[in-house]
Amino acid sequence: MSLKAVLQVSMVCAGLWMSASHAAEAPVLKIATEGAYAPWNFTKPGGQLDGFEIDLAHDLCQRMKVTCQITAQDWDGLIPSLNAGKFDAIMAGMSITEKRQEVIGFSRPYAAPLNGFLVMDKGALTALPGAGSSIDLDHDEAGAKALIAQMTPLLKGKVLGVQGSTTASAFAEKYLSNLVEVREYKTVDAHNLDLLSGRIDAVLANAVVLKLATEGDAMQGSKMAGPIFAGGVFGPGIGVGLRKSDVELKAHFDQAITEAVADGTVKRLSQKWLKLDVTPLK
Amino acid sequence: MDWGFLSDCLQRLLRGVPLTLELAMFSCLIGFVLAWVLCAMRLSDRRWLDYPARAFIEVFRGTPLLVQLFIIYYGLGQFAWLRESFAWAYLREAYWCVLLALSLNTAAYASEILRGGVLSVPGGQKEAAVAMGLTQTQLWRYVVLPLAWRQMLPAYGNEIILMVKSTSLASIVTLMEVTGIAARLVSESYRPVEVFICAGALYLTFNFLVTRVVMLLETRLRRGMQRGR
Repeated sequence: MSLKAVLQVSMVCAGLWMSASHAAEAPVLKIATEGAYAPWNFTKPGGQLDGFEIDLAHDLCQRMKVTCQITAQDWDGLIPSLNAGKFDAIMAGMSITEKRQEVIGFSRPYAAPLNGFLVMDKGALTALPGAGSSIDLDHDEAGAKALIAQMTPLLKGKVLGVQGSTTASAFAEKYLSNLVEVREYKTVDAHNLDLLSGRIDAVLANAVVLKLATEGDAMQGSKMAGPIFAGGVFGPGIGVGLRKSDVELKAHFDQAITEAVADGTVKRLSQKWLKLDVTPLK
Repeated sequence: MDWGFLSDCLQRLLRGVPLTLELAMFSCLIGFVLAWVLCAMRLSDRRWLDYPARAFIEVFRGTPLLVQLFIIYYGLGQFAWLRESFAWAYLREAYWCVLLALSLNTAAYASEILRGGVLSVPGGQKEAAVAMGLTQTQLWRYVVLPLAWRQMLPAYGNEIILMVKSTSLASIVTLMEVTGIAARLVSESYRPVEVFICAGALYLTFNFLVTRVVMLLETRLRRGMQRGR
């Protein structure tokens, strides 16, 4: 009997014991979210959690045949608590980055990191080419560069606002730094305010966040323009955060997400909550 | 200690030094002129001059500089009529907003320092000067101002030091001065200790120079007094 076989048998035994102790109920999977990042995940006035990721989590759990138990947890504490075993998975709009991958594992992405431009609808930049198209920098960097070249006459000498130390600022530095003056802000709200007052001509940020902003009263007169970018410097996307050791759980999540992407569930939920299709591009 | 990183850090921070010094110097100069105007208004017997100056000083000393900066930078930009006026050419730029906030703030503090200095000149000295037949201009030129200067220089030196440090707030409205560059370096390297030590050392150097200059001026102004002791 090999070591692997011993392990498998003991896991089956452990599984039997667990299911016996739970009176044959589906196993419980504890998922943590932030509960403060609308519309991805948020807490309703009554205290219940709701949002894109809450709906998606329930759908994925159904596919994995487990019972979801979703709790809210402060953003800063998410990764430490996951590693301390307080829960099994994070679904909190968390982008897959190299830095985070040093500490935790991730499932395959369930949402693409879509980024776009926000401009004022009276300005010349509303005519930015590429409106409505999505460009994956991983697969079509040449296409992205060609499109940026088309934008050159419009963007030349303009001022672009980005949030500092984000993937958007990395993109601006890599592709636009010799074209526009890039100004770094502490928050998305800060650069949006300066777009309204006319200090900057455009903003580059997460498309979902911008889309939501255009629908509010505060950002009246602003609209999204030009193409949507993803991949490349924006990273692979948003995934489920998991402990590195939970290889089996990762496999379950990967499969469930692949199914949810394939049958259009991710698309349906993201259009319901995010008003934008965030289905991963590949 | 990683000396390579420290020196790299310092080199990048040095690029922010001109902006930091420029902001500190211009705001002190503009603030100093405004402070004299405010001081004159405060010392005036006319209430319609005194009261507005009092109100201005109360408001600018009683609220945080950061709040003033936010109101000037984000607040003023909300008014459409202002955005269409000639002033928007300046208020549009973060640089002028910061300079305005710093100047108004230091003017409020400095005017009280100046007033304290002027009031500290003993009445007997002024009476003696008038008795000797000095005109008003001469009285101020040869008696009040030299005495007042000597009295207020230490306090004013303090104010200059505070202004040098206050320029660090400019980073919040996108100006890349020393603190702004430091914050950026931290988010790139995740090494706050080294970066902020470098930034702190720079401010320490500026303020060391400021205190030396103020001390030098003080000794010059006290020459006459020391001889008498």
